[in-house]
Amino acid sequence: MATTLDKVDVVTVGAGWTGGIIAAEAAKAGLKVVSIERGRERGTEDYLRVHDEYRYAIRYELMQDLSKETVTFRNRRDQRALPMRTMGSFLLGEGLGGAGTHWNGHTWRFLPYDFEIKTMTEKKYGANKLGKEYQLQDWGITYDELEPYFDKFEYTAGISGDGKNPFAGKRSNPYPTPPMKKTPILEKFEKATSDLGYTPFMLPSANLSEAYTNPDGQTINACMYCGFCERFGCEYGAKTSPEITVIPTARETGNYEVRFHSNVVEVLHEGGKATGVRYINWMSGEEFIQPAETVVLTSYVMNNAKLLMVSDIGEMYDPETGRGTLGKNYCYQILPGATGFFDEQFNTFMGAGSLGMSIDDFNGDNFDHSDLDFIHGGSMSLTQAGLRPIATNPVPPDTPAWGAEFKKASIENYTRTLNIGTQGASMPHRDNYLTLDPKYKDAYGVPLLQLTYNFTDQDRALHKFITEKAVEIMEKMGAKQTVGSNPITDYDIVPYQTTHNTGGTIMGADPETSVVNNYLQHWDMDNLFVIGAGNFPHNGGYNPTGTVGALAYRCAEGIIKYSKEGGSLV
Amino acid sequence: MADEKKDVSRRDFLKTAGVATGALVGGGVIGGLIGYNAKGGGSSTKEGERSGGRADQSAGSPSGRMFFTNDHDFNVLSEATERIFPEDDLGPGAIGLGVPYFIDHQLAGAYGNNDKEYMQGPFYGGEVTQGYQTRLRRKEIFLQGIRKLEQEAKSRFDKSFTDLEGEQMDEIITAFQKDEVEMEGVTAGFFFRLLRSAVLEGAYSDPMYGGNRGMEGWKMKNFPGHQAAYIDKIDSEEFQEIDPQSLGGHH
Repeated sequence: MATTLDKVDVVTVGAGWTGGIIAAEAAKAGLKVVSIERGRERGTEDYLRVHDEYRYAIRYELMQDLSKETVTFRNRRDQRALPMRTMGSFLLGEGLGGAGTHWNGHTWRFLPYDFEIKTMTEKKYGANKLGKEYQLQDWGITYDELEPYFDKFEYTAGISGDGKNPFAGKRSNPYPTPPMKKTPILEKFEKATSDLGYTPFMLPSANLSEAYTNPDGQTINACMYCGFCERFGCEYGAKTSPEITVIPTARETGNYEVRFHSNVVEVLHEGGKATGVRYINWMSGEEFIQPAETVVLTSYVMNNAKLLMVSDIGEMYDPETGRGTLGKNYCYQILPGATGFFDEQFNTFMGAGSLGMSIDDFNGDNFDHSDLDFIHGGSMSLTQAGLRPIATNPVPPDTPAWGAEFKKASIENYTRTLNIGTQGASMPHRDNYLTLDPKYKDAYGVPLLQLTYNFTDQDRALHKFITEKAVEIMEKMGAKQTVGSNPITDYDIVPYQTTHNTGGTIMGADPETSVVNNYLQHWDMDNLFVIGAGNFPHNGGYNPTGTVGALAYRCAEGIIKYSKEGGSLV
Repeated sequence: MADEKKDVSRRDFLKTAGVATGALVGGGVIGGLIGYNAKGGGSSTKEGERSGGRADQSAGSPSGRMFFTNDHDFNVLSEATERIFPEDDLGPGAIGLGVPYFIDHQLAGAYGNNDKEYMQGPFYGGEVTQGYQTRLRRKEIFLQGIRKLEQEAKSRFDKSFTDLEGEQMDEIITAFQKDEVEMEGVTAGFFFRLLRSAVLEGAYSDPMYGGNRGMEGWKMKNFPGHQAAYIDKIDSEEFQEIDPQSLGGHH
């Protein structure tokens, strides 16, 4: 028997970047906010012994406990979906700060092209550039409309950048802090790309170049370039994370509470309104109902979609008919690039998650696609994130995978290898979608989310084109041997690729084709909001967090407005 | 069960047994899988007995065993790890680094028990792109795999694995790598990949886990381990050789 608690103004599911932003803004506006978080309390004081590759990077100390919940996966609809039993392709977060604790901090604004991708692609290349099976959609919002919220997120986070990307959308303000150090490795990339006629710039970073106090009064420290960023928490409080910014901001108002070890299993609703959430405290086994005026889904992409599905909110997407919106347009990313083997040794073990230089010459529609059989592209970067020895054993082609020769080559090349990587954009395809698994369940008896996903011809063409460009740059950098990424075949959930999962709860201008409006308010339930990269109708050529942060600030504005006026915000 | 077998035999281990150039950019492994070669490496030098592969009962040493009850199982594991990561002019191999003890300790804990992983049935072999689908936990896979190594040695060479020449050991390990040995509930290729990963994890993890003894793994690779900051060095044009530090603070 569930215990019903006192009603609050706002309840969020999870306390990561999106939950934290909603909590900070709503609590500052005087609303009572509770976040229901399945993981535990944690903060900078927990990361003093974090330089431990095995525990954090290899055994996923900070990530979701998959024994309680995972997803099932198959490449195609005619296959049997099976559970993702171990962590691999992407890393789900858990605990205070969510994946915002163990991100690298690359903070981008999607391109103006991204938000109006359907309109702009058709205008320039006609209606048949891609086949009908690619379900391109405009986002229901433009870059210019979102710009103030990008600005707000960047100033909360203190982003370090040089503003020298000629392809970026117009900015109302410069980056709040100057760019990070331009190291010899980065200079090599800068020179090669400049010589090839491209325009390199410093990657916008949430590892700060100098100490910074944000408009809410929270201080983020200067990065020490220790080389333990992605998959780790920062012991210096120098990587902007929810638990050192928006969470304390919310807590300081006295209007905010995070309830830990508590797993939301259902969104409750009646007569077209959300009434609250039902959750289980997995330490005590007790079940609770938290009533709320406004319910905000702020967990990860997968879980937001799953909660709507198990709560029977909205129409499930059907890949046969193309009808329904919930679960559609799941996208990922592809990673074309090149590895260069050098004679000289580099300080590859030093670095910071977002220490890098990039070019956008092959991102979005920044280059002409008239004679190409794909659209979009990706940001190409060389980063010096700090390479660690268990995960980094680069060997030239035709080296055995083990034994004497492998040992020698992997040790030799650990400090003599550089990589160019690309965040390759991902276009929605009819057959890539999320639904509920008919067979497997989580620890609470709720069905697992089922993912059906495979790479497409669009992906293969983009990957091939960009890989050739990456090889060219690496050769220009003077590598004695350059190896481009292998051509992609089927998506494989085993090797780590990227935690840039998108779609499933997409935003748009039309309830027929999207789940939420451009305030991320659910079309069918005006006191229910859903935030995250799940809102992206396609995935762009950048890391998603900057755009997710901007959407969260817009959503927060909508929630506050809704609390006063009610009704649909659009 | 029949279903599982069929699916297991369809696995194409080559697709996932490649060597990733493990560079991460903003959350992505780049460079893809390169440099895979189905032939095993390994030198053909005669392998003598190694004291590091024997149970060391001295007090206060990390060389106690938490998982393996049987000396011979542990010795077979030790020899196999050494073939994967052998001693050479650069420095110690897996045995000298304590890797067998690292693996033993790991199998006794969360890793061996798959504690943070989804282990509810039903179990099916699945596609290679669907990853770990066996009902077995890692500790069971390792124990079975090690016994199979011994069985192969007996059937191929009429000797114990630990008495084989290096080349003969390599032949058997390669047969596992190529999935040419039958195992129950899991493929030989899958066991091989687990073993190979565990060897590298033991060679290069912090010494507090029982491997990377004396930080010799890090020293060979020029990895400085746990350093507070590189802010004063990262601008340097010169390669920096830095004395490594472990979390336990041993220098």
